[in-house]
Amino acid sequence: MSQFNFVSDLQNALIMDGETRGPAPRWKKKLEASLNGSVNTTRSVLSVSYNTSFSGVQAPTKTPGKSSEGKTKKSNTTPSKTPGGGDRFIPNRAATNFELAHFLVNKDSGDKSDEENDKATSSNSNESNVQASAHKGDRQKLISEVAQVGDSKGGRILCYQNKAPAAPETHNNPLKVVYSIKTPISTKSGSRYIPTTSERILDAPDFINDYYLNLMDWSADNIVAVALGSCVYLWNAQTGNIEQLTEFEEGDYAGSLSWIQEGQILAIGNSTGAVELWDCSKVKRLRVMDGHSARVGSLAWNSFLVSSGSRDGTIVHHDVRAREHKLSTLSGHTQEVCGLKWSTDFKYLASGGNDNLVNVWSAASGGVGTATDPLHKFNDHQAAVRALAWCPWQPSTLASGGGTADRCIKFWNVNNGTLMKSVDSKSQVCSLLFSRHYKELISAHGFANNQLTIWKYPTMVKQADLTGHTSRVLQMAMSPDGSTVISAGADETLRLWNCFAPDPLASKKAVSTSKGKQSVFRQSIR
Amino acid sequence: MSTAQATKNCITLKGSAQIIVEYLKYGINSILFQRGIYPAEDFNNTQQYGLTILMSKDPKIKTFLQNVLSQTEEWLSKNMINKISMVITNAHTKEVLECWDFNMQAELGDGDISDPTKATTTKELSRIQNEIRDVMRQISATVSYLPLLDCICTFDIMIHTLQNTELPAKWDETGAIVIQNPQAVQLRSFSTGLHKVDTVVNYKMST
Repeated sequence: MSQFNFVSDLQNALIMDGETRGPAPRWKKKLEASLNGSVNTTRSVLSVSYNTSFSGVQAPTKTPGKSSEGKTKKSNTTPSKTPGGGDRFIPNRAATNFELAHFLVNKDSGDKSDEENDKATSSNSNESNVQASAHKGDRQKLISEVAQVGDSKGGRILCYQNKAPAAPETHNNPLKVVYSIKTPISTKSGSRYIPTTSERILDAPDFINDYYLNLMDWSADNIVAVALGSCVYLWNAQTGNIEQLTEFEEGDYAGSLSWIQEGQILAIGNSTGAVELWDCSKVKRLRVMDGHSARVGSLAWNSFLVSSGSRDGTIVHHDVRAREHKLSTLSGHTQEVCGLKWSTDFKYLASGGNDNLVNVWSAASGGVGTATDPLHKFNDHQAAVRALAWCPWQPSTLASGGGTADRCIKFWNVNNGTLMKSVDSKSQVCSLLFSRHYKELISAHGFANNQLTIWKYPTMVKQADLTGHTSRVLQMAMSPDGSTVISAGADETLRLWNCFAPDPLASKKAVSTSKGKQSVFRQSIR
Repeated sequence: MSTAQATKNCITLKGSAQIIVEYLKYGINSILFQRGIYPAEDFNNTQQYGLTILMSKDPKIKTFLQNVLSQTEEWLSKNMINKISMVITNAHTKEVLECWDFNMQAELGDGDISDPTKATTTKELSRIQNEIRDVMRQISATVSYLPLLDCICTFDIMIHTLQNTELPAKWDETGAIVIQNPQAVQLRSFSTGLHKVDTVVNYKMST
């Protein structure tokens, strides 16, 4: 048979108008030789080798990538294994059929050489032509049998006549949102520098380590009120001045402190169940409002209304202007109310209790107080709920954090009362705050790390852990400019964290754009 | 019925077919939802395999699946199916965009193997369901790498049967489908002891 090879090589070399080719590669020669070989011994060896090489490959464990759909048409190129989109593809070695893949890669060139071979033989003898074509058919049959390629497989493909309906024309794939995000969130996260150590540490001796009390607040006038033991102190964050506001009698203490939205009025809920109002500019008590039979552990202001939550399980709305201050009593909790927050738009009041409930109360239609039956009762937490925060940019989003047995931060849509997200924070959640500058929130935790954690919202990707407290962090408050967070720990320290400082570049940009807008505005007025 | 067999801790071919058809029902519905083929409003929550799975409540889709799967179950219990393909096509151009292959492989089971039609297995139902749950989880996770189906789509189910299968009423024979520039990802497999089911998704690579 070598003379045929020689002839075909010679012919190839003599073709002047075709593309010039070097001598055929070794594999081609080999293939040609094996195909050309009408000698029976080589044939049988060949078929045996095919059988053995493919015998380990059962039809059902075909390579997924080279399944019947793809390969009937696509044979000139192998499908690329790595997706161009940058997605990770982890090849499954067990599922990869190397023999079949090799066959498919070489199939095209094999066919070509067959044709060449035919040409060469036809010019020489009819007999060998017949042999070669017979061999070719044989071989193809063999291969298709082994590989069960496409339609040559002995089976039927059946489908039901009444097809499923197409999606409605107006349908828009909801996943589009997922794909339209330009930069992956994972690369964006942590792009901001967050100092992880506290900027300043204040001593807070005798700070009561009680999960159910709210003993610190930061006013719009930049004054931090904090209760230490039986005293209430005011720390002016601007000047650093410390002033003692009041001292309770032996055995009594402040259970909660809350500043009015604007101004210097501080509400103090005390251990006897009364709510005191103090004018801090004059250091003078304005009035005392009773209404509870047990200590007041939580307070929330809504303009002239102050809502107080008590150990007796009730929430009372006090109108601070009226002589009859007690507007209504809400009895949705059976145990101590330790979390109380009005929503940023003041349409809802959220309360959390030791009975593991989060209640959401909608504002009364009259505009004062709330309805006496809760709008929503969320019982998904497995522990007392103290940490409550309303999202400033989504007024209907409430975040709540559970105690040691629960450790979850849950997000609620109060419009429809659904749980939107739940994240296991792996530690007791004592306090939650949303940032005003970033789409982030900060949570205060207890055992094991006593850290503050900054999360990206809504992805809830951890941004940073602020560590420093040596005992659980009980309370957090945000500075009026929203850049600094103060945390009060059971280790009797107050720590200031400059974790939400506005990005200087972003603020510059905002300034420049606002300037640009202004000029356009002026022009339009003229 | 499958639960009754589970208490006996013995699954017959028929029970195995039932388990697989149940998986197909939930799997296909999950794909329809996860891939955003039909509007999300058309789906209901159901609890299955310890997961929340969204099932289509469109009566047409429900009857279609009911019809197809009941026939599938019959064939499966006779071991006549090689593969079940769920094909997602562009409703307008009819181009095939995605194809979910459920490859079926008969297994001998661990019972009496003298008569292959009466094969049984003692694999626990809870174990099978755990395996199925893992696959179902993977199906939901495919959203992260499968390309967006940004067109009005429809789907079809093709049953790859043996050559000697009789064509039932209302069924047609069809040709193989072709995906341009295909990529394939094999998900986990599960086995009932009598059938091993591989789930493979073939999809069209953009560009």
